[in-house]
Amino acid sequence: MPMKVGNQPFFEAVDQAIHNSFMVNAVSSAQDGLRDRKIRATVGDETLGDWEDWRNAGEEIRAHTLNHLDFYLKQLSDNFAARGGHVFFAETAEEAREYIKKVVRQKKAKHVVKAKSMVTEEISLNEALEEEGCDVLETDLAEFILQVDQDRPSHIVVPSVHKNRQQVRDAFRKLGYTGTDEPRELAGFARKTLRSKFLNADVGITGCNFAVADTGSICLVTNEGNANMVTTLPETQITVMGMERLVPTRKELDILVTLLCRSSVGQRLTTYVTDITPGDQTDTVDSPKDYHLVVVNAGRSNALGTDFQAALHCIRCAACINVCPVYRHIGGQAYGSIYPGPIGAVLSPILGGYREYGKLPYASSLCAACTEACPVRIPLHELLIKHRQKYVEGGGEPPISEKAAMKGFGIGAGSPFIYKVGMKTAPIILKPMVHDGEITKGPGPMKPWTRGRNLPAPSRENFREWFKKHKTSKLLKAAQGKGTGESL
Amino acid sequence: MKGTIENRDAFLSHIADKLHRAPEETVAVPEWKYQPQWNVYKGSSQDELVAVMKNACESIHTKVYETNSDQLAETLEKVIADYGSGSVIATNDDRFSKFGLDEVMKKNHVYTWNVSEGHRNIEIASQANIGLSICDVMLAESATAGLFNDKNKARSVSLLPVTSIVIVPESLIVPRITQAMQMVEEKVKAGEEISTYINYISGPSNSADIEMRLVVGVHGPVKVAYIVVKDL
Repeated sequence: MPMKVGNQPFFEAVDQAIHNSFMVNAVSSAQDGLRDRKIRATVGDETLGDWEDWRNAGEEIRAHTLNHLDFYLKQLSDNFAARGGHVFFAETAEEAREYIKKVVRQKKAKHVVKAKSMVTEEISLNEALEEEGCDVLETDLAEFILQVDQDRPSHIVVPSVHKNRQQVRDAFRKLGYTGTDEPRELAGFARKTLRSKFLNADVGITGCNFAVADTGSICLVTNEGNANMVTTLPETQITVMGMERLVPTRKELDILVTLLCRSSVGQRLTTYVTDITPGDQTDTVDSPKDYHLVVVNAGRSNALGTDFQAALHCIRCAACINVCPVYRHIGGQAYGSIYPGPIGAVLSPILGGYREYGKLPYASSLCAACTEACPVRIPLHELLIKHRQKYVEGGGEPPISEKAAMKGFGIGAGSPFIYKVGMKTAPIILKPMVHDGEITKGPGPMKPWTRGRNLPAPSRENFREWFKKHKTSKLLKAAQGKGTGESL
Repeated sequence: MKGTIENRDAFLSHIADKLHRAPEETVAVPEWKYQPQWNVYKGSSQDELVAVMKNACESIHTKVYETNSDQLAETLEKVIADYGSGSVIATNDDRFSKFGLDEVMKKNHVYTWNVSEGHRNIEIASQANIGLSICDVMLAESATAGLFNDKNKARSVSLLPVTSIVIVPESLIVPRITQAMQMVEEKVKAGEEISTYINYISGPSNSADIEMRLVVGVHGPVKVAYIVVKDL
């Protein structure tokens, strides 16, 4: 499954994650560190002036670009192709995979190196290229760790945040590593292992932080230098971009790169910001000779022209993830999507549908910390509420059991007789489970609730009975007589 | 030379449909209401920008040397020695000669990138201890060396060796990335070709992917030093 992480139902995955104390501690500590760094580099950096002005700038740029997306994509592709690059527009993940496989086949490529890219995870590119007989290597340190350990990402910016150093060491043992669990030594091993792979690679594949429409350029924002290796040493470069990841010119690129670096990792700029444009490279030594750009829709257009369009403004900084109290307790993999956290809960149902991801919008306390953190002002918590509305209105295609339960409730609540019988019998049926006026272990649908907190036992006397008994009382009459418009 | 475009029309029509309008032929980039970027270090002198850059270097593990053009050769030799000498490679940049560095480079057996040598350049760069470059713009805010790479000013030189040493003419220091982007934009507007690889590099490569512990030196250089030349 392209976007899917794991096969467990959402609530089971959550249950398991909550009890993984290492993961919860690692995630909390990473969140704290990243959030503090972000604060220091944004509202805490007085040289920037008012950080809200930067957020406003980001919002207006993203809104304009998305409102004219077709025009800017046309301009981008014209300019990329005018400089000798090849552009393929992929409506689906499958189309993207097939095109890339075709290029790899034509090049007779066997060794592929990749820089970190969420969109290539989304379209299951590695598996597709491995089927073609290619050796596909992730070169971002975190992605390399996950690949060696056959694991999936749990964070957009720090994909291996759920793993500790001992787990990394044990994963590297599979490659012959004999050193300690010191991060420096582990990273040194990755450097040594990957250097020869870069030098022998036939094809380099990257994602795209931002494309620049007016020159047909691709901007990559990284820290490790692996993306520079991937775009320097192989003869063929393939860039895969989500169709919304572009800006009109470098004037807008400036703002978005600033927002991204500061919001994601609290750096003024990441170590490498690389601005790549195809061109005549016939007599160059350290540059690809062939450039391909694959523009991927894969469900993104579901958001265009709807209440959810702002979700496409996302610049993948993960600032919302780093402040989310739910993510803090369940980590990234429990979301079951490569896009976790608040943005994942908004984006995953758009890209993958409610049947698969309809429960994710409920993984939120609606505290709005995500909306406050977002550098391009996506109203994330409002979009989560909108998803919930659509889900319960039928867009969610809920499971048959849930549908049957809702239908049963409708029949019961719609018939005064059945309702009355239900009210009368509930205290009797539930009596064996009541202790000290509360139900601590509820059956069936009550189970998830009582696992977290107690449920008050149903009263023997319901409201209607109480009202009938008291409607002649003085107090009630006094309240009724207080004036029209007021009611009990 | 022209590339190809596949599947575009249907793809873009679908987007226009979703946006409830016909495809657009022209769109003007608006004058943005919010442009906070121009106020950062606005009106700062070159001396003040040098101070900003030096301060930023502290957080990116980069050492700064300061010198004048008449002592640049001597300083470069000292910096090369500080970083362990050994094999040194330099970009093929006319400015090394203009700055009077031919002799010191020869003395230190510096290999200059030479396109006619083909793949051997990459082998030399990947074995080198030091790579020497001259920046095209320096961003004070983040202490970022902007390198406009091409076939001669090769990108491998600042990427593959263990140490990257960058010469920074002080006159090329600007407040932030805003001004560098503007430089490129002006070239685009004038119809000039832009560098195919604009490399903004802020210190040595690093990663915090293992337990959020910062490790300096992952795939790119492990050490970076800047030599700021006051009168260039």
